[in-house]
Amino acid sequence: MALTLFEKLWQQHLVCELEGGASLIYIDRVFLHERTGSIALKSLQADNRQVINPQQVFCTMDHIVDTFPGRTDKTLMPSGEDFIKATREASIDAGINLIDLNDPRQGIVHVISPEQGIVQPGATLVCPDSHTCSQGALGALAWGIGSSEAEHAMATQTLRVAKPKTMRIRFEGQLNPGVFAKDMILHLIGKYSAAGGAGYAIEFAGTAVQALDIEARLTLCNMAVEFSAFTGLIAPDEKTIEYLQGRPFAPSGEHWQKAVAHWQTLFSDKQAIFDKDIRVDCCDILPTVTWGTSPQHTCNVNGVIPNAEQGQDDNQINAMQQALEYMGLRPGIAIDSLPIDCAFIGSCTNSRLSDLRIAATVLAGRKVAAGVKAICVPGSTQVKKAAEQEGLDKIFIQAGFEWRESGCSMCFNAGGESFGFQQRVVSTTNRNFESRQGPQTRSHLASPATVAASAIAGRIADPREFL
Amino acid sequence: MDKLQIHQGVAVPLIRENIDTDAIIPSREMKRVSKLGLGEGLFAGWRYTLPGGREPNPEFALNKPEYANCSIILAGANFGCGSSREHAVWALKEFGIRIIIAPGFGSIFYNNCIRNGVLPLVLAERDINALANSTCQDPQQNQLTVDLLQKVVVDPGGLRYSFDIDDAQRRMLLEGLDAIALTLKLADKIADFQQARQGSHPWLFLS
Repeated sequence: MALTLFEKLWQQHLVCELEGGASLIYIDRVFLHERTGSIALKSLQADNRQVINPQQVFCTMDHIVDTFPGRTDKTLMPSGEDFIKATREASIDAGINLIDLNDPRQGIVHVISPEQGIVQPGATLVCPDSHTCSQGALGALAWGIGSSEAEHAMATQTLRVAKPKTMRIRFEGQLNPGVFAKDMILHLIGKYSAAGGAGYAIEFAGTAVQALDIEARLTLCNMAVEFSAFTGLIAPDEKTIEYLQGRPFAPSGEHWQKAVAHWQTLFSDKQAIFDKDIRVDCCDILPTVTWGTSPQHTCNVNGVIPNAEQGQDDNQINAMQQALEYMGLRPGIAIDSLPIDCAFIGSCTNSRLSDLRIAATVLAGRKVAAGVKAICVPGSTQVKKAAEQEGLDKIFIQAGFEWRESGCSMCFNAGGESFGFQQRVVSTTNRNFESRQGPQTRSHLASPATVAASAIAGRIADPREFL
Repeated sequence: MDKLQIHQGVAVPLIRENIDTDAIIPSREMKRVSKLGLGEGLFAGWRYTLPGGREPNPEFALNKPEYANCSIILAGANFGCGSSREHAVWALKEFGIRIIIAPGFGSIFYNNCIRNGVLPLVLAERDINALANSTCQDPQQNQLTVDLLQKVVVDPGGLRYSFDIDDAQRRMLLEGLDAIALTLKLADKIADFQQARQGSHPWLFLS
């Protein structure tokens, strides 16, 4: 029978069917971080339960760590240090792989997992973090869970999962100039709504997806959760194999050939039928920015703020009105006329070397507009070092950006740092929720090119004028 | 875990689509390495007049006397989307919420509810609007009854709304089961599976 990639991965991990419709799925990798992992490990200990395969469990420090140069365990968040110390102690007690704050491999979980070769095609990987879907970009079945489920995965090496339906989204054609993976996913969510993927495991396919490099694929899959999907995934190909070869946790020696042979079987069969199939023509995608407080509130960078009356029903109209009010916007004004206070480049969405290179292309020889606070936080310590070897740090700093240590940082307010009351931020992150980047901040999501262009212009700006 | 079978309580409407877990509990309210002490931070951004403050915002539904001791939320589509933080459910539960009725839920949030004895109940938007109408005149008197045994919501006038839920998840809630303890009963099956996988996919097993 013809199978989709998702169905192949599901079958390969199916331990048994459970009563009442769920399946018991084998988990190859568990990843933790200090924000939610510490609670999961502590709770397991309190219940006198063991991590049964500690060598399959990894933990990093990323969510609430300080990102200022010369950092220590202390953070701006009052009790942040407690989370870091508790995670360190519990990780050492449990014997799991800890990538601590000062480890050269440290970074945001969804940046370092591919970087270290921890996530691999055909593996199941879970993490108490909603953006775990990013890692599906390498052809893994990776999804976000809660702390209790993380305990379940560590204590049993399995999860009880209700099988999602399958959806394929084919991005066909070539991307327009100035359009990147971030614009593709924002366009999709804007068109099909933030709940458009609810109940589905989504395979991203099509010529435009095949043409993306691995880092851009990670960006695309990263926001599958913003589409409410169970996860996103992309069939592994030659680029995936090339990307993984030689990475520290990737297979080596005699295992390498065997692994590659397996990975080459991981694709959706030609006759496979998806529960839903969507085609997106890439010629329709322009640089995209969010205007509101849900990732579905998008418009083209040359577009105008919509009228709430355009909503499809009372609830949507209500949500749009509240978003306009929160964001301090009036319908009809051009989004590229909006002055900004801050620009942020970072997060598990867009903080990899290729993201920083694109931003640097825009920033080279230019200055951030007066009064704009601009921050770049590389996604991992390795990304930071690699960028410094290319001299990208100098371009950012000379343009007027702060150059920080890696972490989740101001993607959200967890480290205790905020952009400030009603400050308008253009950001490469994934969530424009109310107060996400600090109390009452107003976030506009965009690609690294658009954020860099906006930082220079001092308003939301079209990156095509700067590339 | 507390069992949930038949529950009667005050229902509060928070009908707006895409209420995310950052709104349910802002990151700044997750102060301790603990599942406890989070109820106070529930909806903090809307419930209090100032960030970090504790002065109640009188406009917010949960602060209105007619919704005192509410235990049921009537919500909009895609409730609990966003961050996987289980703190959102721990905060709801500590506040006293046992049931959330919405046209749909964020999938991680949904599972987190089941693991903590909170029922995420799916009904059509028009039914939720009707339930809100049936309770809005004196919500303390006009309470809702949710019967998980019969899979039905009963409004104050006796009108019944059937709902669907996966049998395994229903049993977890009805009997207050611990998922880990249940799965550990299958330890032999899991060990056999793992051994076979070690043979077929040796590169995934680290030493």
